[in-house]
Amino acid sequence: MDIIRLKNVKKQYKNGTTALYDLNLNIEKGSFVFIIGGSGSGKSTLMKLLYREEKPTSGQIIVGGINVAKLRNSKVYKLRRKLGIVFQDYRLLPKLTVYENVAFAMEVIGAKKQEIRSKVLKSLEIVGLKSKIHNYPNQLSGGEQQRVAIARAIVNNPKMLICDEPTGNLDPEMSMEVMKIIERINEEWGTTVLVVTHDKEIVNKLKKQVVTLKDGRLVNNKAKGTYDNENT
Amino acid sequence: MKILRMIGRGIRDAIKSVFRNFSLSLASISCITITLIIVAISIILSYNVTNFTKEIEKDLTIVVFVNNDATEEDIQNINLELKKIENIVQKETIYKSKADVKKEMQKESEIFNSVMEEWNNESNPLKDTFQIKVKNVEKIKDTAKKIEKIDKISVVRYGEGMVDKLISAFSSIQKVTYGAVIALILVTIFLIINTIKLTIYSRKREISIMRLVGASNFTIKIPFIIEGIILGLLGSIVPVLIVIFGYPYLYRVMNGYVFTPLVTLITPTPFIYTIVAITIIIGIIVGMIGSSSAVRKYLKV
Ligand SMILES: Nc1ncnc2c1ncn2[C@@H]1O[C@H](COP(=O)(O)OP(=O)(O)OP(=O)(O)O)[C@@H](O)[C@H]1O
Ligand SMILES: [Mg+2]
Repeated sequence: MDIIRLKNVKKQYKNGTTALYDLNLNIEKGSFVFIIGGSGSGKSTLMKLLYREEKPTSGQIIVGGINVAKLRNSKVYKLRRKLGIVFQDYRLLPKLTVYENVAFAMEVIGAKKQEIRSKVLKSLEIVGLKSKIHNYPNQLSGGEQQRVAIARAIVNNPKMLICDEPTGNLDPEMSMEVMKIIERINEEWGTTVLVVTHDKEIVNKLKKQVVTLKDGRLVNNKAKGTYDNENT
Repeated sequence: MKILRMIGRGIRDAIKSVFRNFSLSLASISCITITLIIVAISIILSYNVTNFTKEIEKDLTIVVFVNNDATEEDIQNINLELKKIENIVQKETIYKSKADVKKEMQKESEIFNSVMEEWNNESNPLKDTFQIKVKNVEKIKDTAKKIEKIDKISVVRYGEGMVDKLISAFSSIQKVTYGAVIALILVTIFLIINTIKLTIYSRKREISIMRLVGASNFTIKIPFIIEGIILGLLGSIVPVLIVIFGYPYLYRVMNGYVFTPLVTLITPTPFIYTIVAITIIIGIIVGMIGSSSAVRKYLKV
């Protein structure tokens, strides 16, 4: 079963730049997919279309059974509750502790206190940060901050995890650590994972499905792809 | 339950933010305070004007004296003519023959009683009368003129000559106050919009993360709307105190009337509680309108 279905998707920004041309792509439930491609090839745009930060100019987008292209602004939260989203810049709240940052994602959707406590601790355990729950983001390394962001993204048990260059700011060692956690989430929970990355080494090592974009077009979609031969 | 948790969170955030942007909050609160003081005074004024207009209207009677040479038929005719005049409250028109008037006056005082004892129908100098109430006191002069034109009528007399002037003066004052109140409310709403806008701005990052993790628009808006309500409530404290202590004080000092006992003030209790309730409700509504429109404008979520 496909969790993502894109049909003839085109995205032209208001200033006239076309970021994606006539994109067709299906992603099966439970898969782990790397999205690669050169700078400006439309990877982030594709992610933004999936979590409805942007609307397509034309075409159809179905994510987890939701017609995203037609989704009204006031209903976007229904889509977002099915997704966990991770960015290169972590996007943590600086005035909240690690625990509070993760709990925040549950509080704002109205979860109960006890439920919040057990789930937050479990998420933090998965990313290996249970010992740092009282730290503030500025007291953590980049890799640790990104792991907090991942904990926050998975705390509501999303069907799908969308990561836009999650290791973009990290050194190779930490990158691999973070990617291993994402892989584990995919394997143990069956969460569908999309990872946008520039990291050759990781892509080649993990041997996952690889989707390659070039200048706004899909040029390759391979089951066990690598970075080298699909290079941009 | 879920909604209660959300509102609880909203209240917590709103209180924090009122203190975080304290100077602007204070400006909004002061503006609401001034507005509500003037609103409360206008409402008190308006209620009192309405009250004593009604009181006066109740007493204001046109008395029509029928000429002595009028026959039964003439009286019937007068009655018919009166029925044609629009501004007369027909149900309350009272006809009193001079014998009735005599009896009434005799009852009223012992002196009248002894003097009038000797009058018979011929020597009774009193006249048959109609007592008439009008619907709109401001038009009482017109109505009196119309009545004067009817045949076989001698004098038309109505209450104090000043009263109608007084009432129309009051109604102009009321209109001016309404205008001022509306202008003030608009300024206040504008200030609240700016206060909430600043709050929204300072929490942009938080809001975008809330959106990202799936908070509904309603959840995101709650704290800002509650903040508006809190500003409104804080702004109504001083006006409420002024009403609760000021009006009864004024009432005591003036002995319950203005200039003449004819113009009575409304007794303070429970009147002031009505005013307090209205003041607080207006405060809350103004706060809510301000914050909702700020949220709509600046929180395109
Ligand atoms: N908000 C925007 N308004 C206008 N043009 C945009 C906007 N966002 C992206 N673009 C343009 O769309 C194209 C694709 O951008 P996108 O961010 O999707 O690329 P990317 O593949 O994520 O690149 P990178 O690897 O550098 O992150 C680029 O030409 C970019 O300039
Ligand atoms: Mg990008």
